[in-house]
This record gives sequence, structure tokens and C-alpha cells, in this order.
Amino acid sequence: MRHLINPLDFSVEELDRLFTLASDIEKNPQNYAHKCEGKKLATCFYEPSTRTRLSFESAMLNLGGSVIGFSDANSSSASKGESVADTIRVISCFADICAIRHPKEGAATVAATHSGIPVINAGDGGHQHPTQTLTDMLTIRSLKGRLDQFTIGLCGDLKFGRTVHSLINALSRYDGIRFVFISPEELRIPDYIIDMLKEKQIPFEEVIRLEDSIGDLDILYMTRVQRERFFNEEDYIRLKDFYILDQAKLDLAREDMLVLHPLPRVNEIAVEVDKDPRAVYFKQVQYGVYVRMALILTLLDLV
Amino acid sequence: MLNVGKIEEGYVLDHIKAGKSLTIYHLLELDKTDAQVAIIKNARSNKMGKKDILKVECPVGSINLDVLAFLDRKITVNVIEAGEIMHKEDLILPKEIKNVIKCKNPRCITSIEQGLPHIFVLSDEKKGIYRCKYCEGKYNEY
Repeated sequence: MRHLINPLDFSVEELDRLFTLASDIEKNPQNYAHKCEGKKLATCFYEPSTRTRLSFESAMLNLGGSVIGFSDANSSSASKGESVADTIRVISCFADICAIRHPKEGAATVAATHSGIPVINAGDGGHQHPTQTLTDMLTIRSLKGRLDQFTIGLCGDLKFGRTVHSLINALSRYDGIRFVFISPEELRIPDYIIDMLKEKQIPFEEVIRLEDSIGDLDILYMTRVQRERFFNEEDYIRLKDFYILDQAKLDLAREDMLVLHPLPRVNEIAVEVDKDPRAVYFKQVQYGVYVRMALILTLLDLV
Repeated sequence: MLNVGKIEEGYVLDHIKAGKSLTIYHLLELDKTDAQVAIIKNARSNKMGKKDILKVECPVGSINLDVLAFLDRKITVNVIEAGEIMHKEDLILPKEIKNVIKCKNPRCITSIEQGLPHIFVLSDEKKGIYRCKYCEGKYNEY
């Protein structure tokens, strides 16, 4: 039985098969509309997450399956003190596959250890969020036609952003990737990632200002710079505008650059950018449904 | 110089960082065995200044010494048979350590989930880095 806990749980070849399946689902959704008839997905969300939960539920419904679950810890037995291990044992009797989100890091690993059904990590605290990474990768693969030979800029909070760390790890397995890390000093990419890139001899550079590097990028991955991450208000005010993508900055970028964002967006991408064809963050959400459909089929062995 | 009677069969764990012998005594679960144990604290050492030594009289192979390599690779393990040092055992870092150290990450699931074993996995053999199996947090304290 397979689970998806970490984006690196799947080999490059397995990911390739998953993305090919997701692309086929995009083109021929009718072929998959009944694949999961009689199957149930349990969405066990110990903390609220509208987007991820609805994406999973939509994916299962698109496949003809049904959905059960809870959307916050207060409406589950966790509020009575039940452990994750016990909850998943019980859920295994009700459903065929489970997507779990939990505020504690490693909760999905515990679930997978005790589960009788495949477990998908739908986010475990600040640790991993593998289906977001798969979504990001499918978006790039579908719109660029490849997952190698490009320069990707990651902009904003690179220190605490789990989506950023997962994406770097996942892309570092492909050839010809160059990273540009665009962040204030306070939110630099962690050293262990820098060490990993150096060890694998993957080229990267770190810059402070988005304008300085946007012209070199094939992909720009935006994240939110949160006020509470800064030590003082002065630094925040001084730096925050560097990390807001507006039309003026986008005008410096290549015609075929893609702008991705894991969402929710607050103010780091100006609304005026939304109509630019390079802004693909809403398309990204649609790809998230396709990749979750492909993942459910793969883990249930229905391919 | 302090003299402690020699042992016939067992282990002499030498070059233990001064003050750490009792920690090791408990981690090797020597408190749960009938083995005769001598704990020598703050012995003079040319190499280390001060060191601890543990002498354990027990059948060779009856103690799991894996955890020693994780704690301190500088510890020397002398294997004693028939009152003589037969050989010095090389310490190899265990691939996994269970219930020896605890994850200190307050965001880790181990901080709230009852009955969960604390498991650390060797992630970098060269640097001797262990990470929590659940949150992948690095363990860096002895």
C-alpha cells in the first residue's frame, strides 16, 4: 500500500506517470468520471483549510466517488483526546483513502504507520504539503511542457515557506534547473537547502530585489511576506514593496515567464497583474484538482 | 591512580566525556541488568584531561552498544574475554534510534500523541546527523 507523505516519496519516473495521467484527465475528463464509483475519500482536517479540502473533495467527486470527513478538530474525536493513530484506524473501516491535514508536524507519518488505507498528507504544520508541490509541478509541466532546463525565481518568505522548500527539493532532481532566491536578509532560504544545492552542484543565486532578477526568469514563484516575520516595523516597511509584484515589475519580465503562487494571495501580487496572461495562479488551482484526481487513482491502484 | 578490579568477560568503555557515564549507564539500560558495573568518574586522562570509564562484567554480545556511536564516537569499546582485551570494537552509527532521545520540537506530533515511540533516523552518516522520523527536525544535543 502506498501513501504520499513527502513530495520525494515518488521517484521522478513515478511522478512522470502521475503527471501524464493528470494531463489525460484534463483532456478527457469523461473517461474518468466513474473510475471511483463505490469508493469513499475521508478528508480528516484537524485545522481549517477551505482550498485544499475542497480541492480533494472536488477531485473525488469528479471521479464518481463520494466523500466523508470533518473539517476541524472540534467536530472530531480529537476534541475528546483521541490520538491520530486511533482515529486513522477507525477511519480505515469507513473509507478507502484518506487525506489528512493536521497542525502538528509528522502527523501524516503517524497516520500512515497505523492506517489500513492509503494516506495523503494534505499538510502537516509547517513541515510538508506534498499535493501543493505536485500542483506546482503539474502547472509548470503543463504550461512549459517540461520540468527541466529553466530558471525559477522564488520570491518572498523563503525561510518559513514550506511550499518553497518542498518545491526546491522536488525540482532539484531534474536537469538544468537554476534557482534565484529573492528575499530580504531576514527571510533567506535556510542553510540546509543551500548545502543540499551546493552538494548537488545545482546553480543558484540570492538577491534582495525582485527587479534585479525578474528579467532572467522562466518562472516566478511568489509567496507572501508576512509582517509578523520581521523583527521591527521599520524593516518591514522598507522591504515590503520589493516583494510586491505589480505591472511595472512584470513589464521587465520575459514574454513567456509564468507567475505562480500557492494562494491565498494578500497584497504581494497587485490585482492589475491578474489579467496578464503570464499570471497563472488561478489556473494552478485547476491543475491542483487534476493532480489530486491522478493521485487518488494511483494510490487506489485504479489506473 | 585509582584501581578497580579487572573483569573476566565484558566491556570496558573508555574515553567517555567526563560526567556522561551515568547517562550512558541508563541509556544502555544497565540499571535493568544484574551485571556488575564499575562507574569511574573524572579519571585522569592524558588525552582528555578528565574522562569517565564504565566497566561492565557481562557475556560479550549481551548489551546493545549501538547507541554509543550516536552519543559520542570518541568512546573506545574494549571487548574483554578471559581477562584480556580481545579487540576494540568499532562504533557504527545506528540507522535508527528508538526511545533513546526525545524530539524537542514543540510543533512535532510527538509532543501531543500518546504512546508514540520517539524514533530518530540517521540522515547524514558523514556528519552523524539524526532527524526525527516524524517532523524531520535535526537532533543536535548530547
